[in-house]
Amino acid sequence: MNPIPDGGASMSLQDVTVEFDGQMALSNVSFDVEAGTLMGVVGPNGAGKSTLFNAIAGLLPVRRGKVTLHRVDQGRGALAYVPQRESVNWRFPVTVKDVAMMGRCCRLGWCRRPGKRDRELVDACLYRVGLWDHRSALMTELSGGQRQRVFVARALTQEASVLLLDEAFSGVDAGAQEGLVEVLQTVRNEGRIVLLATHDLTNLAGRFDQVLCLNRRVCACGPPDEVFTSEVMEQLYGAPGVRLAMAGEGSKSR
Amino acid sequence: MIEFFVAPLEYGFMVRALIGSVLVGVMCPLVGAYVVTRNLAFMGDALAHAVLPGMVLGFIMGINPAIAAVPTGVTVAVLVRIVSRRAGFSTDTSIGILFAAMFALGLAMLSLSTTIRVDMEDLLLGQILAISPTDIYVSLGITILVILGLFGLHHWLLFASFDPVGSQVVGARANIVDYVLLVMLALVIVIGIQAAGVILVMAMLVTPAATAYLLVRRFVSMMVVAAVLGTAAAVTGLYISYHFNLPAGPAMTLVASGIFALAVSFRRRAPA
Repeated sequence: MNPIPDGGASMSLQDVTVEFDGQMALSNVSFDVEAGTLMGVVGPNGAGKSTLFNAIAGLLPVRRGKVTLHRVDQGRGALAYVPQRESVNWRFPVTVKDVAMMGRCCRLGWCRRPGKRDRELVDACLYRVGLWDHRSALMTELSGGQRQRVFVARALTQEASVLLLDEAFSGVDAGAQEGLVEVLQTVRNEGRIVLLATHDLTNLAGRFDQVLCLNRRVCACGPPDEVFTSEVMEQLYGAPGVRLAMAGEGSKSR
Repeated sequence: MIEFFVAPLEYGFMVRALIGSVLVGVMCPLVGAYVVTRNLAFMGDALAHAVLPGMVLGFIMGINPAIAAVPTGVTVAVLVRIVSRRAGFSTDTSIGILFAAMFALGLAMLSLSTTIRVDMEDLLLGQILAISPTDIYVSLGITILVILGLFGLHHWLLFASFDPVGSQVVGARANIVDYVLLVMLALVIVIGIQAAGVILVMAMLVTPAATAYLLVRRFVSMMVVAAVLGTAAAVTGLYISYHFNLPAGPAMTLVASGIFALAVSFRRRAPA
């Protein structure tokens, strides 16, 4: 499979501040991500997770600060973005294979049709995410977890160095969430950076290398066992949220 | 039966009308497949109305109205996107403003002009039996251009249609592709207006594509089936119009709508 050459990309954000209509959506967000990192971005609804991804992807203007991708040819689909479910036009009847081929668009340029290499890469990536048998299925015929894996396959055919998955666990059951994280771990092992935003990481936190706790600013960033303290949880979800989270931890340990 | 199809072709105007019908029947549904799946029907309707000032200007200046309509349609298509982006309105609102303004401008020009005598009904309902050789050449030129665009940009069009946000991240091309699609929409509407007029062109744009959406699974199959159904509706409508002395636009629309009604009865696709 197509690993990232030269040790892979790294990414750093320095004091990134984003505003909407004079309202602060993100304030002085700074963190670094090394190549080969699977990072969970957690925070309550409205914490700015999607805003952060949009800023990284260049879809939103950054008022202050900057996003830097190192060792990346930025003009050639370095970033792959898997949007929230609501942003996708599910009425549009495309097959799994069609979606995986979309990743080749930025490599093909204008008006060039996909060749044998493109088709082989699409097959290989679909096989890798476990969906080759479903290649002719319509996207609407797949489960939530399978859809997310097709988008990962598209990021792989795009040969992206950085994958951004916004609310990737939304509408995905617990078993399928595990399956998705397993696929993302193999992607991470190739030296790619994977950022996955979700409002709830309770069950899978241990599977991530790093966790960024976000509530319009960075509350904590580091390995999961270091960041999930009651203090950080209170900053994220408030006191009632902490009690719920702690109750959840208690029931899990029993 | 053969007589039914062959006899009208003794007349030159019927041969031209047949060629025009086939071009309309193929091109409107091909682009219409994107109109149906991307919820662009209102945009299509608006573009059809908004080319009126261009056509009137064509009459005044003695240029073929189809040629004059092309830049107007393209300008309005691009303006809609610019206005909705700059002013922050929804696309529907921008379309509503521009479409009414342009249609009103066309009507005002038509009233003020003393030099032209245009039958308003022909503009609104189409007059394919009066299609000129120049109209056919314009339609052929547009057909070649749009087919090349649809073929060359196929994967970008799929990407931008299915996942607008994801495609924008990959590159500025996604934006350009959206503009190109609107321009192609404006172009096929210009062809369609000749056959079905400003009001009924929607039937050629939306109905065969919506019918195909019910019948087949994949987008490419949908385009092919839509083009076949569109051609069948346009040609059948033309013959009905000839033999039963009906206006062609309404005849084509009724055939297309009849096929749609049948497809709804035997629909395959579950509601999205």
